[in-house]
Amino acid sequence: MRHGKYRFIIGFLAIPLALYGVLVISPFLQDFQISLTSWSGLTPEKNFIGLDNYQKLMHNDLFWKALWHNVLLLLFVPVVTLGFGLFFAFMLNVGGRRRGSAGVAGVRGSGLYKVIFFFPQVLSITIIAILWQQIYNPDPENGMLNSLLSSVGLSSLQQSWLGDSSIALICIMVVMVWANVGFYVVLFSAGMASIPGEIYEAALLDGASRVKTFFRITLPLLRDTVATAWVYMGIIAMDAFIYVQLMSVNVGGPDESTDVVPLLLYKTAFRDNSQYGMAAAMGVAMLIVTLVFAILSMRLSRRERIEF
Amino acid sequence: MTTETMQVDGEKAAVPPTASAARWKWRSSEGGVLNAFSHVFLLVWALMVGVPLLWALWSSFKTSGEILTHPWSLPTDFHFDNWSRAWSKANIGQYFLNTAFVVGLSTFGTMLLGSMAAYVLARFEFPGNRFIYFLFVGGMAFPVVMVLVPLFFVTKNLGILNTLPGLVLIYIAYSLPFTVFFMTAFFRTLPTTVAEAALIDGASHTRTFFQIMLPMAKPGIISIGIFNILGQWNQYLLPLVLNQGDTKNWVLTQGLADLAVQQGYQGDWGALFAGLSIAMLPVLAVYIVFQKQVQAGLTAGALK
Repeated sequence: MRHGKYRFIIGFLAIPLALYGVLVISPFLQDFQISLTSWSGLTPEKNFIGLDNYQKLMHNDLFWKALWHNVLLLLFVPVVTLGFGLFFAFMLNVGGRRRGSAGVAGVRGSGLYKVIFFFPQVLSITIIAILWQQIYNPDPENGMLNSLLSSVGLSSLQQSWLGDSSIALICIMVVMVWANVGFYVVLFSAGMASIPGEIYEAALLDGASRVKTFFRITLPLLRDTVATAWVYMGIIAMDAFIYVQLMSVNVGGPDESTDVVPLLLYKTAFRDNSQYGMAAAMGVAMLIVTLVFAILSMRLSRRERIEF
Repeated sequence: MTTETMQVDGEKAAVPPTASAARWKWRSSEGGVLNAFSHVFLLVWALMVGVPLLWALWSSFKTSGEILTHPWSLPTDFHFDNWSRAWSKANIGQYFLNTAFVVGLSTFGTMLLGSMAAYVLARFEFPGNRFIYFLFVGGMAFPVVMVLVPLFFVTKNLGILNTLPGLVLIYIAYSLPFTVFFMTAFFRTLPTTVAEAALIDGASHTRTFFQIMLPMAKPGIISIGIFNILGQWNQYLLPLVLNQGDTKNWVLTQGLADLAVQQGYQGDWGALFAGLSIAMLPVLAVYIVFQKQVQAGLTAGALK
């Protein structure tokens, strides 16, 4: 095992580490440095201004507004998405007409349902966002959603959707839920399938109903998967960049009602007079929020693992 | 499953005892109600997912006038000219090829470099092993948008900003954390004896890796390969910032976003939906053929 072990290790690690170091680690560290300067890219040297950017950020209403939208996304999108995911996974796996050998029965065609539900997951978010932008077309006759509403006699419910600052963010949340539910249906179904049949048999012999079986057995045993999914979904909600950038009116509008921190960062750096220092400070703020969320979620979900 | 319970619950129960029969009846009606409920909900969601996608597809065959006046009608005749306009005039064809080039190289590079690093980290003990592992895995925790500003200047200084090879390197670097994380775990599960036998027979470490370990790791490589192909194919944020130069170099997602903006001015909705369909159909076709592998590949990270 000895011959040339270290040469081999170095040979295998050098290229991946170099690439990763230059393109990921070094920009990551530079971000902290840039956030302490008033750099706008025009001069090669960066003016050190201490924590000024952070101080300005604290008094920047647009930043707080954007952060609030991220928090709203973080509160609602994961709960609704995972709720739907569990609900449909339950329907798929327990809703069958007859009980199978595992005590619960999948509905007929559950494979087909899963294939269709998973469609949005393989599509680019770009495609999804553009498609829904068309669906939300505000015109009462031309828009897909609006014309659908009028054709079923619900013209009173017609909206200008993304053009209405009071509901634009909700419209975007709906798309995020739509795009992600299928993934969690498949994930939770796979989790449910890995629960051994004997556990269900025992419940069956004890006379437990399907619903009871689900809530007392399936759900507790899925706990780890749900906790992981929660963190995944939270990270998606913290981002939301592509959805808002492509769908919203005036990139974050109307009236900044859909702006989110990643988008504000992008606009600060690459659209409005290149305030790189400020944008970098927003990046650090985002990192902090994301880490706090991840740590809190892991703390809350920590519990003894049930091995099976 | 014991035969006894089969008889109580199964349909073929010949002469069920009376008490059990009552319960059996109740059970099956419980199943019936639930079954109907299930199908209604599942069907509604399937329609909610399927109809918008079908709508985009059938709109791609309509004229812009038809799309606007009758958003719901089926196309009267098939306007394939929308597709050819999207493919050549809106350059979707070029963007498609660019994306295929970038993703082909970057997925290959990711899998090769990721597996190499993961193998060394999983199988060899050396000072700094844990540190390097956590350096890679830590990359999964921070939001990519955070590094856009410094990354822009790093790539600019290296001369790889706004180039396709540059995009390949960036995709590889940002795919490494998850790939290394997953493949390290995977290599740990493989038996050590085969590799040891090869080494005793005189094979070098490098040869052992490429001829023995890599083929053994095939299931893991397929899962993460699919994960990376889809992730890189659908990437939008990185090219938006780091490949904004010459439109000839754009990838598909950039082209589609631009097409959507352009159609806002030109009103060529037919071409927009054709562009969306061109981007959508190959991915969905590949997914339908390899659905089991794709579902497994994408959920692999969350299930472990």
